Amino acid sequence: MQLTQRSKKTDKTPLTLAEKSYLPGIAKGMGITLKHFFSKKATIRYPEQKRYLGPIFRGHHILKRDDEGRERCTACGLCAVACPAEAISMVAAERVKGEEGLYREEKYAAAYEVNMLRCIFCGLCEEACPKEAVYLRHDKFVPVFTNRDQVIFGKDKLVEDMNNRYERDAWTKEEMQKLWEQQKPVNY
Amino acid sequence: MVIKGLIIFGIFAISLGIATYETYFERVIAAFIQDRVGPDRAGPFGILQPIADAGKLFFKEDFIPTLADKWLFILGPALAMLTAMMTSAVIPFGDSIIYEGTEILVQAIEVNVGILWVFGVVSLGVYGILIGGWASNNKYSLYGAIRAASQNISYELAMGLSLIAVIMMSSSLSLRSIVESQHGGNWNVFYQPLGFLIFLVCSFAECNRTPFDLPESENELVAGYHTEYGSMKLGLYLFSEYVNMFISAAIIATLFFGGFNYPGMDFVSGTLMGQFGETIGHNLATLIGTLTFFLKIAFFIFFYMWVRWTLPRFRYDQLMDLGWKGLIPLAIVNIIITAGAELSGHALLVNWLGLAVFIALVYAYSFLFTTKKQTI
Repeated sequence: MQLTQRSKKTDKTPLTLAEKSYLPGIAKGMGITLKHFFSKKATIRYPEQKRYLGPIFRGHHILKRDDEGRERCTACGLCAVACPAEAISMVAAERVKGEEGLYREEKYAAAYEVNMLRCIFCGLCEEACPKEAVYLRHDKFVPVFTNRDQVIFGKDKLVEDMNNRYERDAWTKEEMQKLWEQQKPVNY
Repeated sequence: MVIKGLIIFGIFAISLGIATYETYFERVIAAFIQDRVGPDRAGPFGILQPIADAGKLFFKEDFIPTLADKWLFILGPALAMLTAMMTSAVIPFGDSIIYEGTEILVQAIEVNVGILWVFGVVSLGVYGILIGGWASNNKYSLYGAIRAASQNISYELAMGLSLIAVIMMSSSLSLRSIVESQHGGNWNVFYQPLGFLIFLVCSFAECNRTPFDLPESENELVAGYHTEYGSMKLGLYLFSEYVNMFISAAIIATLFFGGFNYPGMDFVSGTLMGQFGETIGHNLATLIGTLTFFLKIAFFIFFYMWVRWTLPRFRYDQLMDLGWKGLIPLAIVNIIITAGAELSGHALLVNWLGLAVFIALVYAYSFLFTTKKQTI
């Protein structure tokens, strides 16, 4: 009884003379391997060549500023609550007079720290943020650290640089598909 | 004496150098066949990779298991390497060099039992594996060693028998006269296609290369005979395997593909002698012949690797079946056909005719006496 369309009956008849000598089969196999020998290689030489990982890749954290260069974060703590790895901690402070150009709202994060050893890059902080302040960049990895004092990333490493602003390059599925098609075809 | 020493040194250096780069090319060819690019980090195109590998092996801990037989454990890889290096002594790498009026053969030692020397030393080579596997005091190592021994013995028979046909044609055991008898495009492979095939298959088995790499079959026996080895001892085992591969490629090229002969070599050497005078012309012609020989060797080394990444490993009973029931009878048939061909005086024609008749007979037999294959 045939259960699926894909099942194949095993051929258990005795081998013919040519098959018993293995030679035609070997020649055929050698042809296949030789074809692959000259075919295009699938390798991406990583540190030099990088693949586009897509607009929703979750990499390095960033604390966004708004268009006037004011920090968006109000230290509400929702990201820290959402974080399943408890990697985020912050200290809130009140904005004083004269700091309106630095912080958008009356409350701001005086310290904002992400423990990169704990972070699992799930992106829940991104989702929890009501002020669109914290994002995981799609274009940058967290650098390798070799020492425990390099593990905690403070505001100096997280707050966006106004001279080199971060923009996500696709927001919809259609835009993303366009970008995927743009990158050079990878031969798998 | 000095020149002899230089030639021996040169041949040692060449066989070690080629074996070093075989490790690199093995990895590159494996990668290419699997659609990868292979090692490309150490130096341009990764050509310093073998040096990096050797450096790593040298600096690893030289470990000897507590219950191992210490001296035999050390002797194993040393013996494997020694025998691998000894074989290259009799291979004629080129014609001869004329230096200050004396003719020097491009060969370490010219002995009239050259091919027997190769066989003797190669069959000693299995002692390296056997001793190493035994001394490790590990059942997987011992299994690997036993497999190596029985496999080498089984395939040496068929190899020797296929060789007898070649010796019958050249009527000499000296490798140099075998090469010289193939002068002028009379390569043995044209006379001995079956013999070549048998010899090729057996040489795969003798080198413990896939599809006959049962001694180290890594998914059944951990790593076979070198399970307990590490550091440069392991390096020597692996290295001796590569030297053996080089040697057997050289032997195949010598016995069946005319050694340093190439089509139109008389014309080339004649022109060179006319152009540069007797001595320099002759030496240049020798150099070209040597290069041709190395080209042939390179092709066979590539072939070994190509096969390695194509064929899966034989089962142990299949290996023995192929050796004893397949190759040995075929080799005997080949001897009979060659003998008939040599007696008839038309060696080429009668060889092929005999082969065709043999294949027709076997085909007829299989057609008449075995059940026909049904199409499904």
